[in-house]
Amino acid sequence: MTDLFTTASGHLRARHRAEWRFRWLGRLAIVFSLGFLLIMLFSITSLGKGALSRAEIQLSIDLSAASSLEDVNFQKAVRSALFATFPEVTDRSDKRALLKLLSSDSGYELARMVEENPALLGQETTLWFTASDDIDMYEKGAIDANLPENRRRLKDTTLGWVRTLESRNALRSVFNTAFFTSGDSREPELAGIFSALVGSILSLIVCFALSFPLGIMAALSLEEFSKKSRWSDFIEVNINNLAAVPSIVFGLLGMAIILNVFGLPRSSPLVGGMVLALMTLPTIIIASRAALRSVPPSIREAALGMGATRVQTTFHHVLPLAMPGMLTGAIVGMARALGETAPLIMIGMVAFIVDVPQGFTDAATSLPVQIFLWADSPERAFLEKTSAAILVLLGLLIVMNIAAVVLRKKFERRY
Amino acid sequence: MSKEPIITTRNVDVFYGDKQALNGVTLDVPRNKVTSLIGPSGCGKSTFLRSINRMNDLVDICRVEGEIMVEGKNIYDKDVDVVALRAHIGMVFQKPNPFPKSIFENVIYGPKIHGMIKSKSDAEEIVETSLRRAGLWKEVADRLQEPGTSLSGGQQQRLCIARAIAVKPSIILMDEPASALDPIATAVIEELIDELRQNYTIIIVTHSMQQAARVSQRTAFFHMGDLVESGATKELFTSPRDERTQNYISGRIG
Repeated sequence: MTDLFTTASGHLRARHRAEWRFRWLGRLAIVFSLGFLLIMLFSITSLGKGALSRAEIQLSIDLSAASSLEDVNFQKAVRSALFATFPEVTDRSDKRALLKLLSSDSGYELARMVEENPALLGQETTLWFTASDDIDMYEKGAIDANLPENRRRLKDTTLGWVRTLESRNALRSVFNTAFFTSGDSREPELAGIFSALVGSILSLIVCFALSFPLGIMAALSLEEFSKKSRWSDFIEVNINNLAAVPSIVFGLLGMAIILNVFGLPRSSPLVGGMVLALMTLPTIIIASRAALRSVPPSIREAALGMGATRVQTTFHHVLPLAMPGMLTGAIVGMARALGETAPLIMIGMVAFIVDVPQGFTDAATSLPVQIFLWADSPERAFLEKTSAAILVLLGLLIVMNIAAVVLRKKFERRY
Repeated sequence: MSKEPIITTRNVDVFYGDKQALNGVTLDVPRNKVTSLIGPSGCGKSTFLRSINRMNDLVDICRVEGEIMVEGKNIYDKDVDVVALRAHIGMVFQKPNPFPKSIFENVIYGPKIHGMIKSKSDAEEIVETSLRRAGLWKEVADRLQEPGTSLSGGQQQRLCIARAIAVKPSIILMDEPASALDPIATAVIEELIDELRQNYTIIIVTHSMQQAARVSQRTAFFHMGDLVESGATKELFTSPRDERTQNYISGRIG
């Protein structure tokens, strides 16, 4: 009998074991990275989902004496409606505490409602107003009523009022549209992500418009048109180094040159996008060059051999084949730019911006900077805003990636 | 038809950097004949072929000295436009390399960039005649919009030949056009080369001496950068003058 074809030999068994080990190490690595991704998504989602709702308090507003908008002191109308809800509160400091049930913005809120619906004038109606962040947090269970009074943010009297409102069905939870439609605010219940989102998108548009064509042109010139020389080697080394420069350095450059020498408006998406483009450019150039190098030389020979010029060869044959790779590089670069905070801080996009930017030169902030600002705020309610803003950032990233996949499919060689 | 050789080269040296790949090659290529270049690997036959339509220009470190006259004009003169030169001298490569586009677009690309097309019917006519000449028309007439890369290897190579002749060149250079093909596809290509000789001057580099014997009227044998000998194919294979040629064709070196 022969044992030629069995695993009897110790050496062969050791080889099989090594293969088995390697395969499982690989699987383990995948499980680990997926696991961490899931844990991260789960924790952010569970923290951030609170930002999707907010508490509202119902008040009975008496505008029967008013006939036009100018007649009404909206702040006072809301206040008196609140005091009328709790007639038993008479003490000055208690009254002040009572006012803290509502968001400080409720006067404007009423003004907006009346503006939209003038029929409210001259009658008494019940309306819903945004509650303050403490009430909101209590409603979401973030404040523990069983703690001793001096260790929680809501005092016993306030808790009593909240319970009264609950028993009268005058407290409800609604979808927080303000989070997606308004800008930043010092009051967590009013703060929204929209202005940061617009700022990020505007910056990315500038960044893409600058870095993608420039990056492709640079890659084409280096890869297809220039001869190999000491100069091209020097440029290549420097582009590779540029890709590894810490991003804050680009921020410093932007501040020193773009803001101080060229005098472009600070804090604007235009300047932010330019700085991000500086940062993205090397990534795009490197990826584009790799994509160009992967185009088979036989295609170039075929085109040149029948008398196409260099430019015709490049634009008719090489570029279309390299496009998917270039787009991948661009998306990697843009994703980095989207998550970048440090260079934007240097050029002033860290400011507290309430208004939604209307153009490329308006003061703006960006999503990661907004996340950083909120994470730095002391109010408990900003925690869920921070997480929700991270989710919005991730959402934008996913949208960008899908766009890249779609574009890539479109350009992919059909044959 | 004039009896003058269409290509005459005088003392052509080709260098890759410091390395000399061709030493003083002097060769006349007759019009409307098939000339084959044979020799062992690295002997410089492909280098010589690529010097004729200046594809060597693409190699940064490549330098050509001497004279290559095509139709009486030195193609390395300053006033020669390589684009016009390559339209006049088509090339077919070792590996079939159709563009990743449709069969129709593959053939029409050359005429299009050279401004030879005035109307849609022009284009269709050029595509049909080129594919007919390349012996491919019957096989692809009803699927011109299909990708060129979907054809078989031999068909792809004939598509590349059709693409080359669509530009109406007078010379076609072939760099081992059948070495990636099976014997049947090779036979088809060889027949095609024989037909094309009516209208074109063909220079073919080949590894196979049988192929050289079958398709060519003239043969040049290269060895280590030297043109050892050239002459009528029959004579070269039956009574070689040089010992190295004798050794190569009898299989002792190579």
